[in-house]
Amino acid sequence: MRWDYSPAPESTDHVRLRDRYGLFIGGEFVEADAYAPTINPATEEPLAEIAQASAADVARAVDAARAAAPGWAALSGLERGKYVFRIARLIQERARELAIVETLDGGKPIKESRDIDIPLAAAHFFYYAGWADKLAYGVPVPPARGAVRPRGVVGQVIPWNFPLLMAAWKLAPALATGNTAVLKPADTTPLTALLLAEILQEAELPDGVVNIVPGDGSAGAALVRGAVDKVAFTGSTAVGRDIQAALAGRDVGLTLELGGKSANIVFEDAALEQAVEGIVQGIFFNQGHVCCAGSRLLVQESVAEQVVDRLWARMQSLRVGDPLDKNTDVGAINSAAQLSRIGELVAAGVEEGAGLRQVSCSLPDRGFWFAPALFTEASPAHRVSREEIFGPVLTVTTFRTHAEAVEKANNSPYGLAAGIWTDKGSKAFEVAAQLRSGVVWQNTYNHFDPTAAFGGFKESGFGREGGAAGLRPYVKVEGE
Amino acid sequence: MTSMRTLPHVDRVGVAERVAALGKRSIKGDAKRQGLLLAISMLDLTTLEGADTPGKVRQLAAKAVTPSPAYPEMPSCAAVCVYPAMVSVARDAVAGTGVHVASVATGFPAGQTPLATRLEEVRLAVADGADEIDMVISRDAYLRGDDAVVRSEIEAVKDACGDAHLKVILETVELGSYDHVRHASMLAMDAGADFIKTSTGKAAEGATPGVILVMLEAIRDYVERTGRVVGMKPAGGVSTSKAALGVLVLVKETLGDEWLTPDLLRIGASSVLNDLLLQYAKTESGRYGRAEDFSKE
Amino acid sequence: MRVAVAKTYKLYVGGAFVRSESGRHDQVNGANVPRGSRKDVRDAVKIARGAAGGWGRRTAYNRGQILYRAAEALESRAGEFGDDVGEAIDTFVHYAGWTDKLHAVLGTVNPVAAPFLSMSTPEPTGVVAVLLGSSASLPSLVESIAAPLAAGNVVVVQLPESDPLPGLDLGEVLGVSDIPAGVVNLLSGRASELVPALAAHRDVNAIIDATDDAELSKQIDTFASETLKRVLRTESDPLDLLAALTEIRTVWHPIGA
Repeated sequence: MRWDYSPAPESTDHVRLRDRYGLFIGGEFVEADAYAPTINPATEEPLAEIAQASAADVARAVDAARAAAPGWAALSGLERGKYVFRIARLIQERARELAIVETLDGGKPIKESRDIDIPLAAAHFFYYAGWADKLAYGVPVPPARGAVRPRGVVGQVIPWNFPLLMAAWKLAPALATGNTAVLKPADTTPLTALLLAEILQEAELPDGVVNIVPGDGSAGAALVRGAVDKVAFTGSTAVGRDIQAALAGRDVGLTLELGGKSANIVFEDAALEQAVEGIVQGIFFNQGHVCCAGSRLLVQESVAEQVVDRLWARMQSLRVGDPLDKNTDVGAINSAAQLSRIGELVAAGVEEGAGLRQVSCSLPDRGFWFAPALFTEASPAHRVSREEIFGPVLTVTTFRTHAEAVEKANNSPYGLAAGIWTDKGSKAFEVAAQLRSGVVWQNTYNHFDPTAAFGGFKESGFGREGGAAGLRPYVKVEGE
Repeated sequence: MTSMRTLPHVDRVGVAERVAALGKRSIKGDAKRQGLLLAISMLDLTTLEGADTPGKVRQLAAKAVTPSPAYPEMPSCAAVCVYPAMVSVARDAVAGTGVHVASVATGFPAGQTPLATRLEEVRLAVADGADEIDMVISRDAYLRGDDAVVRSEIEAVKDACGDAHLKVILETVELGSYDHVRHASMLAMDAGADFIKTSTGKAAEGATPGVILVMLEAIRDYVERTGRVVGMKPAGGVSTSKAALGVLVLVKETLGDEWLTPDLLRIGASSVLNDLLLQYAKTESGRYGRAEDFSKE
Repeated sequence: MRVAVAKTYKLYVGGAFVRSESGRHDQVNGANVPRGSRKDVRDAVKIARGAAGGWGRRTAYNRGQILYRAAEALESRAGEFGDDVGEAIDTFVHYAGWTDKLHAVLGTVNPVAAPFLSMSTPEPTGVVAVLLGSSASLPSLVESIAAPLAAGNVVVVQLPESDPLPGLDLGEVLGVSDIPAGVVNLLSGRASELVPALAAHRDVNAIIDATDDAELSKQIDTFASETLKRVLRTESDPLDLLAALTEIRTVWHPIGA
């Protein structure tokens, strides 16, 4: 008998979006000269008109942050922390609304916004709130050299793949350490950042401590080149490179969380059922729009056929479609531009002979969609094995020995994450020690936690977010 | 003499994550309505009490044949499941209805009787009219590592079953880990089980989603390797409609829609039937129900 | 009368004392000093890369002992250096003690909200280029070597152009210490030639910029951005320096039988 799930769309009744959103500067929404619609990538319908910050707007926001800095830094850690705790609580209270808006604006499945993005965003604020009055324990400083101090005004530019979560990763440590901030959300996913602005108002965060300036890349470029004391960027390696070059010769702190081409290594002694599930989570989570996606599957030759067969069978059960449906596993591609970038790289893979297999499933007529895909004969030299696709596309390459696995995993300019699947603990730790990557998941993949540092080696960027390590980039030692 | 055992690798945390994810499938509307009927059609409606009497068994059998007279579209349950002494009563009660008679032979639930006794029990139950036998494996042999004994006993019971279908109960909670659940599943299938079944319902824990998933994965591997199709029976602990629908989800997404038939999937339970009926009534009327709307047996 | 034997200064690369492949030299402070070239930079970085894995994999205890041995070696030849040699020796001693403390200070076990053992540990960033520009004291030269080494990195050093002799002498001390070949590489020559070559080398992971030259620093940053190198400039505290020379790696492992 054929028994299938009926459509189970999350109700959007609870969501009240305004028709238009201005810039959030100095604690209030202000008008901009230009507006652009933000659309739902699953339907291509506009959701709201969003202010597009000009360079002058960005400068105004930086000024507001500058004006707010002394007062904010002068607050005791405990009081500062209380504001951050409030933000965490308000996010929890508005979790359902935020989840729906995240899915509407970005195309990710509601189950991910609901169970991962929004709870983790709240958890980040909650975690860093508690650091505010404990900074001296989190950033060890020799007693003779005084205390840790905020850097001042930080400029933060975030991507479209985890909009609210990335805002939380940026703002929570900045606020806890006593900095004021100007945040530039991604142009395709500004909505939850603007709802966060409402939350900041509701939390009565002092005016100007956080300013949010939606806009396109030009607003981000203006912000990182502006009169800020520190820049934090999450996004592509190409843009990260530009930012580092733009800041050349200036004493501006910089942390970069950039791209990746992370290896997911499956050894023959792995728990294969769970490994297959981990491969699926590694690459199809959030449509593969994940900087640490396990986009290169390295599988030991002795089990390669078995793993690929099982993976291919498992891919057939992925439910692709309406992101608001609670049973959807893979949602919409975030934008037309990203869809075309994925399409171009996949076409290159086909041209190179990397052996494309793509799930055949019915996709909605409108919106941006890409069915989960697999390159089963990817050679390490192929473009699809080297360049970040940032979509639901996995390459499969085999290896014979663990030394070869390590060599292949490290053979990339990136160094963000890796997965290791083996039932042998000693091997898992031996291989982890040899991988040049900032996160290593053993027998799991794509787990995140505010207490655990995240960030890359090599061209995946520098600096860490999460944990005590995430405090360090936001402070300096008084008297330096 | 113990065997040299190489256990498969099953990662408990990974299993927990997968069942948590599948546990969040939203079953609404038609899917729920059909799912409830499907679950009812897969029930092995069970009574396994020392206090079972012919009267009780006849009432249960009537309920299995017609779960609720209010809903003529509703299927019968798949089987009634009783102790060997009650087989003939059950057989008479369901005669001509298509409902099967299953019996827990083999020294249920401990299995701690001599093999000869267990085999005789099986032969008698089959002779009395049981067309399905639910046996327990020798956990003592399994836990001391003697796979050969476990296997030969299953083979012997299978032989004693004749034409009756054999369901092999692993009593998973006593095996101690998912590695063992998977290993024992393979052992049972290799020895000839027609179904593998999680639990007796008499131990501390029954069919958890994790155990069901691991056994389903074992079935998939076995079928791929041998081509012989084996069924699955979660039992003990499936006491709510949500849990029963959860079983359907696990089976659908692990083995596929072909397994969503009473020929290959059974759910061993007693109390779940009324919750399925309550939920079904709710889907039909839009009103939340009450216990009194349905007979207890 | 005895004729003194004049000393020939050489670069220290891969544990050996070598002439510049260019065959050039400059006269600095009365001595002929090899003028390292871009190709010497290339060779030194390649050798450093080859040595990086082995050095990083040694136990912290062993690396600490080796750095302490460097202090002993320098002490025994203190007379060949200037007045600040004592501070330089103490710097080696200080960092010798860091190798096995760094994890306790920068590492964490993360109480994640899921059944995993999660831990974050400092790992070496790799090949570190030390750019000293025109001048540097012996203690700061030693710190710019000892700190990266303590954190498990290997170094290629552009010695101060105006005063490379203490650095080249230090190479002779390190050459007879227990520091493995290729872990420390010292190049003398012109800053204008060596600094851009090192800053632009794609196989360098991090740069300690102590050139104190705004124009040069801007150039260094610009080159560094091509491959996202970490550039350290202002860290004056040992721990800040060590933190900037390490990558935090977080490893997750499930807990469940």
